Order: sequence, then structure tokens, then C-alpha cells
Amino acid sequence: MLALADLELPTADAEIWRYSRIADLDLTAFEIQPGSREVMGDDTFITLDAEADETIATPDVFAEYNAGHQRTVDITVPANTAVSEPIVIEHLADSGSAIFPRTVIRLGAHASCTVIERFRSADDAASLVVPVLAVDAGPGSSVTYLAVNDLNESSWQIGHQLIAAGRDSSVRLSTITLGGHYTRVRTEATSKETGSEIEQVALYFAGGDQMHDFRVIQNHVAEHTSSDLLFKGAVQDRARSVYTGMIAIEEAAKGTSANQTNRNLTLSEGAWAESVPNLDIRNNDVRCSHASTVGPIDEEHRYYLESRGVPPEVAERLVVLGFFDEVLNRLPDGDIVGEVRERVARKLSIGVMS
Amino acid sequence: MSVLEISGLHAEVAGNEILRGVDLRLESGEVHAVMGPNGAGKSTLSAVIMGRPGYSVTAGSVTLDGTDILSLSTWERAAAGVHLIMQYPTEVPGVSLVDALSEALQHRGRDTAGLSDLMKAEADRIGFEHRFLDRALNVDFSGGEKKRNETLQLAVLQPRFAILDELDSGLDIDALRDCSRRVEELSNDADNPLGVLAITHYSRLLNELRPDHIHILVKGQIVTSGGAELADVLERDGYAAFTSDDEEVAEESAPSSLDDLFKM
Repeated sequence: MLALADLELPTADAEIWRYSRIADLDLTAFEIQPGSREVMGDDTFITLDAEADETIATPDVFAEYNAGHQRTVDITVPANTAVSEPIVIEHLADSGSAIFPRTVIRLGAHASCTVIERFRSADDAASLVVPVLAVDAGPGSSVTYLAVNDLNESSWQIGHQLIAAGRDSSVRLSTITLGGHYTRVRTEATSKETGSEIEQVALYFAGGDQMHDFRVIQNHVAEHTSSDLLFKGAVQDRARSVYTGMIAIEEAAKGTSANQTNRNLTLSEGAWAESVPNLDIRNNDVRCSHASTVGPIDEEHRYYLESRGVPPEVAERLVVLGFFDEVLNRLPDGDIVGEVRERVARKLSIGVMS
Repeated sequence: MSVLEISGLHAEVAGNEILRGVDLRLESGEVHAVMGPNGAGKSTLSAVIMGRPGYSVTAGSVTLDGTDILSLSTWERAAAGVHLIMQYPTEVPGVSLVDALSEALQHRGRDTAGLSDLMKAEADRIGFEHRFLDRALNVDFSGGEKKRNETLQLAVLQPRFAILDELDSGLDIDALRDCSRRVEELSNDADNPLGVLAITHYSRLLNELRPDHIHILVKGQIVTSGGAELADVLERDGYAAFTSDDEEVAEESAPSSLDDLFKM
């Protein structure tokens, strides 16, 4: 296997890397390490550090490299089994390390589980985190997955998610991204069999010199499948974000319903967000919608609150939290919602600047 | 007792002068109505008092108990005791009424203990369903629900003066009665009588909210002031009685009677 530093990186000339920071990535700054990992949950369903499953696709050099250096958490839930407590995976990246976590979730028929995966940094120094998530949802199964990126603002994440939804299965994917110097998630969610439903929500908030980058495909192969995507982000200071999404509906996927919504708040003059929703529809019997917005806080919202006697910085905080409310309401139940609200409120630099 | 005084107020929007010298003096517990045809500057008056972005004052003053409020930011004007009920209350996604009121009270140094109970009690007084109290502000509310929501905020925040910008627009007769009666009660409050500036096009609001003083605003100036009897003149003759023959009342319309107004 190649040394990490010898990897041939893609360039921003390729559409899927357009706007990205790939040109700034210096692989020589990182050394491959196992990293610290903690897995909590019912261990009858969990296998640690199994061999890589070669049937899992590797669409880019990072996913490929992951397949040779991965530390796998394999979660396999047999048919008709509901895992009652969420399985929680915590990763801690040390300074200068490159880590390659891999989470594989396989659900048998009518099985269900919730998995929460969190990425953190041990200190303020840069690390490179290259996670892969593979979900194979069997017939009638139900899976909820939440990824929380809490890396420090000098670290890199280049992640990949591959979802295959089986007959009448239900997959809920959520992403919270607050951390990283450059955090990228590429998601290919395939409605593989009839009647499957995939929901994707994301909340991202970049400040300082951070960049958050999402590339998402809602791929409908089978008929009568549905997918719903809601990504909401905010950028402040000099931060940047990119969302590019594609609803792809194949010829056989009649009776399909697919929605794609991406909304972005630009909270500072120097902040920048790009939103590119795409449709590729090859069957006429479908219901599709897409919506995309990029813009500052609505002056009317701010004025209304101020006219009640709410100071401007508080009004903005309420409006930003209100903007994210729609995503927060769709996260898995638990402490995470309150925690994320709190983190977003603290991260806002509006009050500091005015 | 408090006094809200508007003197020689001139204001423009995008370089067009809309207010051309408005003088008004309100005291606590008084109910004043400012009436006028379309384009007279009624909404501009409320926007300028509250400090809405996009409006600039070119001359004159607005003082609250002698303090110049035009130099204050919008939230400071509200905190000082001037409250605006908007003609079309803004929908603010994801922000609940209780959060907004809680912040508003805290930033005027008031206690928020018991806020939830107070909101419920006020909601009951004006027929506002409790389920709306936890919902995002005005989002998917009907016209009547929006104005009930505005009236509830007024009652909770207890300002010294309230500006009602077309309280009667977009709401049914029941909601109009509920809201205007609550405003009337607040103006008669023994401890903190509210001063009211009701800006309105139609006289139907005045059947519920009986003003002590009526002012007719035409082309950015108050052309006549009087008592409640002015409403009867308007009812009979329309705004034509207050505009000179050779002038159009407004660019977009020149109604000659209230009947014409209702047909618009």
C-alpha cells in the first residue's frame, strides 16, 4: 500500500471537488495512527476491527485508502431484532494523526437500531479524519444514524457515506457539523428496493476560516421509493460552505417522490455559501421538488423582534436558532438537541462584532 | 403620567417626503386615532416612531417624557415604553412567542417568573388558543390570530404607549372586538394607563375603541383634529371633506366617500 504522503490527490478541476480546499491539503503533515475510539452499546451486535469488506465501493482515493487502513466498527442486527439503546461511537483524533474510522451497519429484515458517531480532537493541532459509513438496510428495517463533527478548527475531515435502502426500509441520516478547518461529507444514498424511504437532514455552521462541504446524491433505482433531504447551514466571518446535491431517478423508478431543500444564512459580509441543487430524472411518473437559498438574516425578522424590545444581537441569535429549528426537530431524541442549540448560540460572533 | 410628543416631524422614504410636519401630543390613558386616506403617510408615521430601517427623519422630533427617542435604536424605543402593533405582523420561523417575550422582559430588567401563566391568562381574555403560545411567531396564523398575538404581547409587555398600525386590517369582527376591547381596558388601567395612537383607514375600529381625539392625516400633515364627532363627519362625507378640491388625495386613488373606500 502507498504511503499516505504518496497518494495522488484529486484536483478542484473535477466537478465533485469544485470549490473544495483539496489543493491546500498537505498529507505530509499527518501520520497514520489507530486513534482513540470508544464504542458504547449492546456488544452482542458489535464487532470491532474486522477485515475490510471489499464489496463496499470506494469512489475516491480517500475511501480507497480507508479500505486499507480502516478501524472498523461493524454493527450487525439480525432479523426482527430491535436494539433498544443507541450505539454510540466516539473518535478522538490526536494532533498530527491521520485516522480512518469505518462504520458498517447491517440490518436484517425488520431490524432496527440507532447509531450516533462523534468526531473530536484531542487538542488544537491539526489532524486528518477520513471516515467511511456503509449502511445496508434490509427489508422493513429501520435505522437512524447521526454524525456529529466536533473537530477543532485546524483539522480536516474527508468523509464518505454509502447507503443502500432495501425493500420498505426506512433510513434516517443526520449530520451536525460545527468543527473542522475543512469538513467534507460525500453521501450516496440509494433507494435500492421498492418502498424504501430515506431522510437526510444536516445542520452546519462554519465560522472563522472554516469550510463545510457537502456532496449528496439521492439515487432512486427502484419504484415507489421516497427520499427527503433538508440541509441548513450558516456561515460567518470568512467561513465558506458548499452544498451540491443531485436527485437522480432512474428509468425503472416510477412512482418515486424526492425532495431536496438547502438553505443557507450568510451572517457576515466576508462569508460565502454556495448551493447547487441538481435533478436528473429519467421517469415521468415521479414527484420531485428542490429548493435552495443563500442570503443574510431577513431584516423583517430582526425588525419585528427588535420592535418588541429585543436587542439586535439577541434578535439575531433567536432568528438563527429559529432557522435551525426545523433540522433540530428532526434529530434523534436525546440530549443532542439542547446541546447543539447551546453550541450554535455560543458560536455566533454577532454580539462580539457589534 | 407619561407624554409622547411628536413635533414638526418630517420624514422621507427613498428620497420622497412622506411626512411634512406632523404634530401630536399623547398622554397616558388617552386614545388618539389618526385617520387618513391611502398614501397619507399613516404607516410611515408608525414606522418612523419605531425606527424601521429605510425611513429617514429630516426634521422634527419625537420625545417620550422629554427624552428624544429618535436617537435610540428600535429595541431601546420599545424598552423605553413605545410599542408597535404591526399592520402585517411578520412571521418569524422557529422563534416562539415565549422566547421573544422572555428576552424582551429580561432586557428591560423585568422578572420572567410567571410569564407562562400570564401569557395563558392573557390568551384567555382575548380568545387566543393556548396551542399558539408555543408555536413559531405568526407562522401560519390567520389574520385574526396574528392580531390576537400582537395584543397579547402588548398586554404582557405593558408599555407606556402603543401604536396600532391598522389594527383592524385582516381580521374578522370577533377578533377585532376582542383585541380592541383589551386595548381599551389597558388604556383605562388604574396603575399604568396605556396611551394609544390608533392609525386607521376605516372608522369601524372606532366603534370598539372609542378615541378621545381624532386627527385627520392628509398628504403627510394633520389637517384637522377634533373629538369623536369627526368620525361621524368622515362616515358621512369621506376624506373629501378634508382635502382641497384641486388636489388628488393620493396618487393611487381619490375616494370621495367611505362607500368608495369600502369598494376598493
